[in-house]
Amino acid sequence: MRLAYPTSIKIIRVPCTGKVDVLYFLRALEKGADGAYAVGCMEGDCHFNSGNLRARKRVEQVQKILDTIGIGGERVQMYNLSSSEGPLFAQYAVEMDERIRKLGPNPIKKHKKKAA
Amino acid sequence: MIVADKKPIEEIIDEIKEHERILILGCNECVTVCEAGGKKEVGVLASALRMYFLNEGKEVKVDEKTLERQCDHEYLEEIRSMIDQYDAVVSLACGVGVQFTAEKYHSMPVYPGVNTCFMVVTEERGLWTERCQGCGECILARTGAICPVSRCAKRVLNGPCGGSTDGKCEINKEIDCAWQLIVDRLKALDRLDDYEKISPLKDWSTDRAGGPRKVIREDVQQ
Ligand code: SF4
Repeated sequence: MRLAYPTSIKIIRVPCTGKVDVLYFLRALEKGADGAYAVGCMEGDCHFNSGNLRARKRVEQVQKILDTIGIGGERVQMYNLSSSEGPLFAQYAVEMDERIRKLGPNPIKKHKKKAA
Repeated sequence: MIVADKKPIEEIIDEIKEHERILILGCNECVTVCEAGGKKEVGVLASALRMYFLNEGKEVKVDEKTLERQCDHEYLEEIRSMIDQYDAVVSLACGVGVQFTAEKYHSMPVYPGVNTCFMVVTEERGLWTERCQGCGECILARTGAICPVSRCAKRVLNGPCGGSTDGKCEINKEIDCAWQLIVDRLKALDRLDDYEKISPLKDWSTDRAGGPRKVIREDVQQ
């Protein structure tokens, strides 16, 4: 399909979104990512039954933590699509890119630079 | 096992905000099983705290370490060589581990990172229910291995009380009446005659009523 999506997005492949842990998101943000999102299969369609449902719960946990520490929970999201929906994948990428641009850079980065 | 629940991060931040070099100390036992204070939870809390302090513009070192247990000397000794690098410890072990860490490292502030609850079984992931209160004089032999001390709201020893309705406890319709469970179980064991036996007064001096407790086993002492 050769669909275009924002170059700001770096894809990390996992066998199932059930593999994505709270720590993965936190480490990404701690290392300076401005946002992170998981793209799982449609709810009810998980090959491992509940991987994507677990991922959603974990995303919600991360959002809560980020809100608490003042980084902003919105920087982390969960999306669902089926594997044949390439255009939707690109659309979600654009959506996420726009969301993060609106929020601005990860606030810890400016302090990190100062500390370095 | 002992179940603990996570403390809100805000509360932990409030405890430690004056410190600059913090060690988050986990435990590989019960708190790992109940997903409140194992290696992963240490990682999550430490990462969140590092980001919090950076965002506040504060330079705070937050390190992670998880011990096999925090209730035994030998494991707690493992941090002796590194403890001087810190000015506070947040222990994600149960209250026992928090206190033993503090006893061992007397001049080090040690803060609890979890709320320690009680002794439980894991009914399913994310659901832990109380089974034992450590009363020090086990009566399970008489009660079909169902504990009225921990599972009856009134700790009735010759139950049920008048509030038992349709197998549920009068304090909450969600809670099984322990004495209904006991009767059902004695019936299943064909031991209902045991139910007729009146339990004598229990010696509560082995419970908390006797003050802080200890077990001394000279046969295993060195
Ligand atoms: S209803 Fe049953 S469990 Fe509740 S207090 Fe009475 S005897 Fe105990």
